Amino acid sequence: MVVYLKRKLIIIPEKCRTTVAFSTHGVRLSQAQAKTEAPKPDRMNKTPPESKSYAVNMFRGNVVPEQCFPYPDVLSPDQHETLEMLVSPTEKFFAEVNDPAKNDALEKVPDDIMENLKEMGAFGLQVPTELNGVGLNNTQYARLVEVVGANDLGIGITLGAHQSIGFKGILISGNPEQKKKYLPDVATGTKIAAFCLTEPGSGSDAASIKSRAVLSSDGTHYILNGSKIWISNGGIAEIMTVFAQTPVKDPKTGVTKDKVTAFIVERAFGGVSHSKPERKMGIKASNTAEVYYEDVKIPVENVLGEVGEGFKVAMNILNNGRFGMGAALSGTMRSAILKASDFAANRLQFGRKIETFGAIQEKIARMAIKHYVTESIAYMVAGNMDRGFTDYQVEAAISKIYASEAAWWVVDEAIQVMGGMGFMKDAGLERVLRDLRIFRIFEGTNDILRLFIALTGIQYVGAHLRQLQAAFKNPAGNIGVIFGEASKRAFKSVGLGGGKSKALEPHVHSSLSTQAEYASEAVELIGQAVEAILMKHGKNIIEEQFVLNRLAEAVIDTYAMAVVLSRASRSIERKLDSVDHEILMTKVFCNEAIGRVRSNINGMKASSSIENYKIMSQISQTICKTGGVAHVNPLGI
Amino acid sequence: MAMRALVGCKRVIDYAVKVRVKPDKTGVVIDGVKHSMNPFDEIAVEEAVRMKEKKLVSEIVAVSCGPAQCQETLRTAMAMGADKAIHVEIPAKEFELVQPIHIAKILAKLATDVKADVVILGKQAIDDDCNQTAQMTAAFLDWPQAVFAAKIEKDGDSLAVTREIDGGTETIKVNVPAVISADLRLNEPRYATLPNIMKAKKKPMEKKTAKDLGVDLTPRIQVISVEDPPVREAGQKVDDVDQLITKLKGLGRI
Repeated sequence: MVVYLKRKLIIIPEKCRTTVAFSTHGVRLSQAQAKTEAPKPDRMNKTPPESKSYAVNMFRGNVVPEQCFPYPDVLSPDQHETLEMLVSPTEKFFAEVNDPAKNDALEKVPDDIMENLKEMGAFGLQVPTELNGVGLNNTQYARLVEVVGANDLGIGITLGAHQSIGFKGILISGNPEQKKKYLPDVATGTKIAAFCLTEPGSGSDAASIKSRAVLSSDGTHYILNGSKIWISNGGIAEIMTVFAQTPVKDPKTGVTKDKVTAFIVERAFGGVSHSKPERKMGIKASNTAEVYYEDVKIPVENVLGEVGEGFKVAMNILNNGRFGMGAALSGTMRSAILKASDFAANRLQFGRKIETFGAIQEKIARMAIKHYVTESIAYMVAGNMDRGFTDYQVEAAISKIYASEAAWWVVDEAIQVMGGMGFMKDAGLERVLRDLRIFRIFEGTNDILRLFIALTGIQYVGAHLRQLQAAFKNPAGNIGVIFGEASKRAFKSVGLGGGKSKALEPHVHSSLSTQAEYASEAVELIGQAVEAILMKHGKNIIEEQFVLNRLAEAVIDTYAMAVVLSRASRSIERKLDSVDHEILMTKVFCNEAIGRVRSNINGMKASSSIENYKIMSQISQTICKTGGVAHVNPLGI
Repeated sequence: MAMRALVGCKRVIDYAVKVRVKPDKTGVVIDGVKHSMNPFDEIAVEEAVRMKEKKLVSEIVAVSCGPAQCQETLRTAMAMGADKAIHVEIPAKEFELVQPIHIAKILAKLATDVKADVVILGKQAIDDDCNQTAQMTAAFLDWPQAVFAAKIEKDGDSLAVTREIDGGTETIKVNVPAVISADLRLNEPRYATLPNIMKAKKKPMEKKTAKDLGVDLTPRIQVISVEDPPVREAGQKVDDVDQLITKLKGLGRI
């Protein structure tokens, strides 16, 4: 449950090196490593990283269409046919065999359902067929996960914790021996897997984990001690991807420091125990437990990836698995909308079907639009991964944030449309609402992911600006001045001067040209705003979370606009039956999104907004100091 | 006893789909509508697979007649356990007027060609509800038939088939080769699992046409009009039995 941005955020002087590390439950924005390394003047001339990521390039005010237009279409006719065949038995299983309400009440996936799922092949969807899996690509996986999300998120987590993160490390970072040894058993569900990172003192700040593995004196194995909390499948997993500190000697300095390493730990190694299952708000059917490691002997061949490179492994696993949530929640939203619209079309009040009332119509329209956006982004990200692009981290984070918030909103409104009926357990929505809540928290809280989005983009811009700086070859002493100059020049060099951009015109169907202009304008606004905050705050931008959040919001909306424009344009081209409907949803979304983008961008610079942030910071401090609200009851009692 | 089984798999509109009549009343809407294997044929496939598991059957050949999408249905049969498949391609337009007699001729020819010992079919398809194909196939082959099977057991070199009949069941003994049709209670079909679907992709599928088999598909019927069933009219509430009798008398029903 970690996002770790290991590259350095260097916008200004090289001697101040900043590390940004994120994970699930907090953020590490530390500059502790500053001055520990000598400046490297050559970095100034290094070519900045190039990325074709649509979202990342927005930070420079650039429209780079490659990864967004046209909408990806990655399935071969054969893969498409296979997928069609896979979807229907999966749907049938969930419709006819599984009972999500029962699983929720039992707080367990019943054994017969587990057995059924194993036979179905649901535990090894992306494992190659020669290793007992189903061998699906990301797009195919997304479609099946959508079926799971539409039916039972508790089972979704059991399956997701197993294959999306539990053994994903072995799949993407394991060596051939590790794959051969472990994948056949986890693919069939014979052995369940779990991902073990979070600790009592280490949530979002994953760098601070305390679990520690030390190499034995004979060098044959590591001895692991520590404990993990909130581990999905923690009570049932036989195979665990465990992250622990290991002492690593720096080959240059000779200094030994603790660095995180990933291990494949078998319960059978001994010394592994777990707590009773946690009692949770939702996803109750899934098992969540604490896991304890006491002198667990891990053979050295079970190091996953390189020693000391555990964070890279964790980051890759989480980035790689995130798209699945968008797909699952698309399914969840689809079934909630089905319930709400069915109710609205049949419920009579005041002598009319409630679907004829504007108050209900707006809700249903917004539900559908949010679903359209979520689904479009999820399959865009999955498609890009299948096309072999590797710089999808920001888009995957956007997908997770958008999907989890849209799904919460949609299910909440579905309940509202159904009124009292929606509040009853039998409507089947209250469980979904409870199940959904965790999606805004786990695998990188949305708050952390917003900062991740903003800072990843800023870092990209920073690297490009630094190169411009170097071009001036001015004495290092005046670097601040040059920085300002360079930024202004950069501004001009990318042609930012306001006005309507036509950057997206060639890629979007002409019937959506106004919306395409909005989407281009939004990119320009972001580019300008990023330049402005860099000039204003420099490296201290990492402390400006009020501003960064607004930047992230604008980025999410702007990316979403591009994605739906891309999808709708493809639908027009293909003359889909739903094309008119899709155009309407795209129009409303973009027309409203540009307003939000303008407002958020304004909120990054307007003095009244900045003043408010200062005040809010102060209010919060007062409350936390007081211990609860600091104002008295109006009655004074 | 190790027989070769030929199993029929018709592709029909999924049972859960609400069927809509085309505006021009020439048929029902099939484009973009979810299709799946006829449920009675699923039971037939399942029974063949169980017979194979009991070593009564050595090889299962699934066959489907109709447009290209029938291959998906055949893949499902193979994912359930059929060993190979034959797709008799009939273009969608032409398929609309194909009748049980055509299919029975095709099946009879294929049964002879593949040297089948037993042909197992669903008792009827849920789209046209004809319930004729198994009987006609047996007639063309001049084989014994055991239709509406609820249980199939080995009985020496023959098969003991328990049939569903009005008011109960009867058990008959049939010599092989024979044609059997599957009734609802014969078994509960398994789900095609995802790994088996992937494996099914590698199983052989042969393509044929009716012409290859020497079967003439000239339509013997003409569709005049396809219409929705009449909408049920609203009922009336009565206060007591007397009033009910009066009303029924008034309507001339009693």
